[in-house]
Amino acid sequence: MTRLFAGTPTHGLVLLVLLLAALVAAPLIANDYLLTILILILYFAYAGQAWNIMMGFAGQLSLGHALYVGLGAYTASALYVHFGVAPWLGLLVAVPVAMLAGAVIGFLAFRFGVAGVYFAILTIAFAEFARIGFDHISYVGGSAGFFLPVAQYTQNDLWNLRGRPVMFYYVILALAALAFMLCHLLLRSRMGYFWQAIREDEEAARALGIDTFRYKMYAVVISAGMTAVAGVFFAFFYNNLFPEQVFHISRSIELILAPIIGGVGTLFGPIVGAFLLTGLSEAVTETLHALGFEIPGAKQVFYGICLLVVVMALPDGIWPWLARRLGLERRS
Amino acid sequence: MPLDIYLNVAVSGLLTGLVYGLMALGLSVIFGVVRVVNFAHGEMMTIAMYIAIVLFSAFKLDPLVMMVPIAGVLFALGYVMQAGLINPFISRPEHSQFMLLVAVAIIMVNVLLLIFGPDARSVQTSYAFDSFAFGPIIVDATKVYAACAAIVVSAALFTFFKFSSVGKAIRACADNYTGALVVGLDVKRLYALTFGLGAACVGAAGSMLAIIIDVTPPLGPQYTLLAFVIVITGGLGSMPGALLGGVLIGMTEALAGLLFAPSAKSMFAFAILVLVLLFRPQGIVGKRA
Repeated sequence: MTRLFAGTPTHGLVLLVLLLAALVAAPLIANDYLLTILILILYFAYAGQAWNIMMGFAGQLSLGHALYVGLGAYTASALYVHFGVAPWLGLLVAVPVAMLAGAVIGFLAFRFGVAGVYFAILTIAFAEFARIGFDHISYVGGSAGFFLPVAQYTQNDLWNLRGRPVMFYYVILALAALAFMLCHLLLRSRMGYFWQAIREDEEAARALGIDTFRYKMYAVVISAGMTAVAGVFFAFFYNNLFPEQVFHISRSIELILAPIIGGVGTLFGPIVGAFLLTGLSEAVTETLHALGFEIPGAKQVFYGICLLVVVMALPDGIWPWLARRLGLERRS
Repeated sequence: MPLDIYLNVAVSGLLTGLVYGLMALGLSVIFGVVRVVNFAHGEMMTIAMYIAIVLFSAFKLDPLVMMVPIAGVLFALGYVMQAGLINPFISRPEHSQFMLLVAVAIIMVNVLLLIFGPDARSVQTSYAFDSFAFGPIIVDATKVYAACAAIVVSAALFTFFKFSSVGKAIRACADNYTGALVVGLDVKRLYALTFGLGAACVGAAGSMLAIIIDVTPPLGPQYTLLAFVIVITGGLGSMPGALLGGVLIGMTEALAGLLFAPSAKSMFAFAILVLVLLFRPQGIVGKRA
């Protein structure tokens, strides 16, 4: 633990502990609606952290992360619905499935020298391919959707992930916290430094003797596996899956908004971004609702404008700027 | 199935593909010069389509005639976008540019949704049900007109880049950014001009497509993806490649819709994209960078 936070200013640690305490205590005062929003925020913080490994650490822009969410979601749900396998066991299949998909995409792309914009578009292509493919797989409902059995739960069944929002809240909070710690460790590991070298200048990294192919593969596979866990959570929280929604490019974009707005390659970026974007989105919905101004599109227009402003004003994201304001820059 | 049907579908796909090609040409020109991937490309096309629909329903103006003023409007939009929004992002990383254009795209789709609502709209021209017969092949008049218009616009653009001095200056920026600055070209303005021209292409393509297909706001993102598939298949940055890619993808989609389920047709386009990226990443006619 001491190594984990070495170099972080004391008041930074205090703020971190306060944030965690507030999140742990939140269900005491929050109603189900507020809790659902917090779940959404933590979901995006978690998935953003996973995406950040690939883009923020290793510099590989993926615009098709919905693929891994979808594979995780569909695998675990299919196992649960068809064979009664609990989601925690389902993870043991869902995560390797997504990792395999990531490995295949990574292998093809990196072996054949597909990079930059081309790599990004390749990831979109695979996700879109899966979207249309899953539309035609009747075993998981095809385009008509795949549904998990829902009932009124009086008790929380953690093993089968069936229950009330508060249970899901603590699950996703634990996941987000674990992902944060994992990313923190990864970033300061030998592999993390190799990733950053590749991100900054791949040729120079190779010249220094780093096996860039291997480390880029690790980044894709780890990121894909972590994202699949988010997919399993997504499936059991929402209880319905439609290829049109799960694999859609807009889902991939949604996933990467938080880390980009928060600050690519930073540990707090995905968290700050998720809080800001989801909070903003819900606030706009509520405000428009209160004003009796409910026309489809109004909310998204406002959302888009806010996005535009942030991207233009803070090109490195919010966290680096906020960290300077709070005096939290790393002393190393 | 008799061979006639395949021929008919293939020709129909070829004609639609030419219009797709013109749309993708816009994307390719922008990327080839400005080196920014326009993630709002399809959205800009839906804007053009809605302008065509409004002009038609209000004043009975034919989209094929209105193609020129609509391309002009889109040119202005593209010019302003590049000059105001994108120029400051030229030297920023790809994900930052991507985010900017995604934000623009989100705004465009939803403004259209706000104004026109989610229902599909279409243009019913007097020649909507006409067709030409060439032996066993029967083709829709709308598609023939649209494809001819696409060829004319593309030819005009080729001529502009090949022979006009501004076109040559733009190609100079694309070939060597620093060199272009050294010889005193106003690169920022030329970039804005290029983005405007790319947008004009997509505007013209939008007016043509408006007589072929029904328009809804969510069409934008789909066509953005389609444009990517086409330009990468043909060769990102290559002008003939974009047209060739458009024809190839248009025919593939049409034939896949006939042979398999229509809902699976884009799968084949994406499969082609994956194969091209892996085995010929510079595209069919592109040169290796």
